Amino acid sequence: MQGRSCGLCGQTRFAEARLVAAPKTRRHVSGRNSRCITRAAASGPKLMWEALREAVDEEMEKDPTVCVMGEDVGHYGGSYKVTYDLYKKYGDLRLLDTPICENGFMGMGIGAAMTGLRPIVEGMNMGFLLLAYNQISNNAGMLHYTSGGQFKVPIVVRGPGGVGRQLGAEHSQRLESYFQSIPGVQLVACSTVANAKALLKSAIRSDNPIIFFEHVLLYNVKGETNDNYYQDLERAEVVRQGKDVTILCYSRMRYVVLQAVQELEKQGIDPEVIDLISLKPFDMHTISASVKKTRRVIIVEECMKTGGIGASLSAQINEALFDDLDHQVVRLSSQDVPTAYAYELEAATIVQPEQVVEAAQKIVQKQMAYA
Amino acid sequence: MRTLTHTLHSPAGCRNAHASHLQHPQSFHARRLNRAQRPASLQICCQAVATGTPPVKEGTSISNGAAKSKSKKISPEVATTLYRDMVLGREFEEMCAQMYYRGKMFGFVHLYSGQEAVSTGIIKAMRADDYICSTYRDHVHALSKGVPSRGIMAELFGKKTGICRGQGGSMHMFSKEHRMLGGFAFIGEGIPVGLGAAFRVKYQKDAVGDESADQVCASFFGDGTCNNGQFYECLNMASLYKLPCIFVVENNLWAIGMNHPRATGPSEGDTAPAIYKKGPAFGMPGVLVDGMDVLKVRQVAEEAVERARKGLGPTLIEAETYRFRGHSLADPDELRKKEEKAAWGARDPIPQFRKYALDEGLLTEQQIKDIDKDVQAEVEDAVQYADESPKPEKGQLLENVFADPKGFGIAANGSYRYQSPGFHSGNTAAID
Repeated sequence: MQGRSCGLCGQTRFAEARLVAAPKTRRHVSGRNSRCITRAAASGPKLMWEALREAVDEEMEKDPTVCVMGEDVGHYGGSYKVTYDLYKKYGDLRLLDTPICENGFMGMGIGAAMTGLRPIVEGMNMGFLLLAYNQISNNAGMLHYTSGGQFKVPIVVRGPGGVGRQLGAEHSQRLESYFQSIPGVQLVACSTVANAKALLKSAIRSDNPIIFFEHVLLYNVKGETNDNYYQDLERAEVVRQGKDVTILCYSRMRYVVLQAVQELEKQGIDPEVIDLISLKPFDMHTISASVKKTRRVIIVEECMKTGGIGASLSAQINEALFDDLDHQVVRLSSQDVPTAYAYELEAATIVQPEQVVEAAQKIVQKQMAYA
Repeated sequence: MRTLTHTLHSPAGCRNAHASHLQHPQSFHARRLNRAQRPASLQICCQAVATGTPPVKEGTSISNGAAKSKSKKISPEVATTLYRDMVLGREFEEMCAQMYYRGKMFGFVHLYSGQEAVSTGIIKAMRADDYICSTYRDHVHALSKGVPSRGIMAELFGKKTGICRGQGGSMHMFSKEHRMLGGFAFIGEGIPVGLGAAFRVKYQKDAVGDESADQVCASFFGDGTCNNGQFYECLNMASLYKLPCIFVVENNLWAIGMNHPRATGPSEGDTAPAIYKKGPAFGMPGVLVDGMDVLKVRQVAEEAVERARKGLGPTLIEAETYRFRGHSLADPDELRKKEEKAAWGARDPIPQFRKYALDEGLLTEQQIKDIDKDVQAEVEDAVQYADESPKPEKGQLLENVFADPKGFGIAANGSYRYQSPGFHSGNTAAID
């Protein structure tokens, strides 16, 4: 899943993905108004972008108020193909190709949501949504409250984000930190084929504004989906049960952690791995149950160390579970630097599996030494 | 509980010290002031832009440069509606000033006094199921759209009975029932939201197949906003998708302390800025209208509404108007020259329309007195209602953050946080 083919951004990556995956899609899309896309794709393993596409397709089919708007979501099929060919089935208005004006079309999505639609607004790259920050914060986030509960904003803001492969600073944003303090929005990060589909379906159905993070390096992850399955947006996933240390992670870091776990297992360390899924709010039920069991916590995130998801999570754990901890919470975050282009510098900016191994060894062995 | 001062009948229509400075017109500078001084008979009522798209309606209000004096006849019922709405707007706002200085309301309060012909002229030409979208200067737009004055005043008093339960305040007036989309405090952010409502109408018609969907949305904003990207982004999209939008620029010449010609460059070939000329550049009619004349505004609005309803797309209206007070009640208003204020004050839309209605026999002196009295009673009642209303309870604190309270997430005990006992009493420990 971390091959170079999926790490390239924009045109190049898309062109390559078309070579790899588009023929497969075409098999499913037998023509205009085809209804077999979902059924055909639902069986057998598929790629994450296909699962996301199924989620959008299924919800659009069920509910005529569900629509998609953004740059190149229609004829082009989305920069990572999540809406590939859907315009053929639903038309140009439901798959609205917008001009390049993030703040404008985000606000339009919010106005449409206030008046009865359920728009999915795509950021071609999540970083571009910084240009729509005012709309996301003031209007998506706060308007339900300031209107005294009169207007709802059932909008999903989604798109490719995170640090890809040598995309340069602006295309390698870690936006969770920017969005997490907006009141009234929920942040959800998908990580597997199954949860990508089930979470996106739930996000579309939610009456709350959902900021839905997809990782640019995970679109070609392979896996199975569950048919007609909706997953709670607020609930974390226990990825691996263990007793020695709780490792909290999300999005692509789930795979970095799982790589580290293979090494830790060899060393006789038994970590519990939790994928947060909900970056705001945190599922304190799953987290506290795990912390009470292992008494040690490592947070692994791609987000910035300062003001990031780990910073908030660490604070919450310290406040709520101080007496249950045998070691201070350890945070492995990306560095507070712009993401460099050069491979080595980029790698040094984000957390690597070896760092997770090292941190886990340290924290567990220290505990063993006391015992 | 108070005395209403007679703002309605003073020449300047405001009780700040504007009214006695009608002299020294020679000290005026720039085109703006000349415009203010133009004899009424020569004022351009509304002017289509010569290039690009065809005018909203050939040969009526839109006439290339030539002044068409009074607009088409209105009925006594319409005259009553327009007069009452403008008077209500003025009285409500002047009462807000009193209440602000008495410490009944706080924060930034931006009054609309002077601009009533725009709100009344546009909104009273729309239907109840049409949408409007406003700015931080939103009380009067809400009133024109039919939001009860009680609810607006109570909102300003920060009371539980306010239209937004006291959670919005002066700059965030919303009414779902009246299709008032807000109340947006930052410059320009309401324009895309209004566009979204218009998109929803088109979607309902063309994607859902509901042929009856023909609502329109009017978005109000000022001259200062027209230098903001959101304005241009939305002009483009509205025109591109042919959305039923009416963009209403209330050009009151001042963006707080920034005079319009200091902020906005003129179009090619001009020496002064003209916002309405930006319409044709985006493929829609741009119309300039005297925003101190409610009938002229109404006529332009009717044409724009009809155009939008028929699916012919958006219109940009620039209404030249003036605010009789500072930017907000916290603004010392030191930059605007008293001569300028006086000249605009002399064109107060309310006495102007009153005279017209009397001259045309649409309203009698007695009817006008009755309306004035009725409005005063309504505003006093709104104040009394707001004053006597209960304050919000702490229990409101956590409500309305999320439409679905599951957004607060899952607590350590495994239940959703909103299900915790303290949640509905506003105990923040419930969401920790």
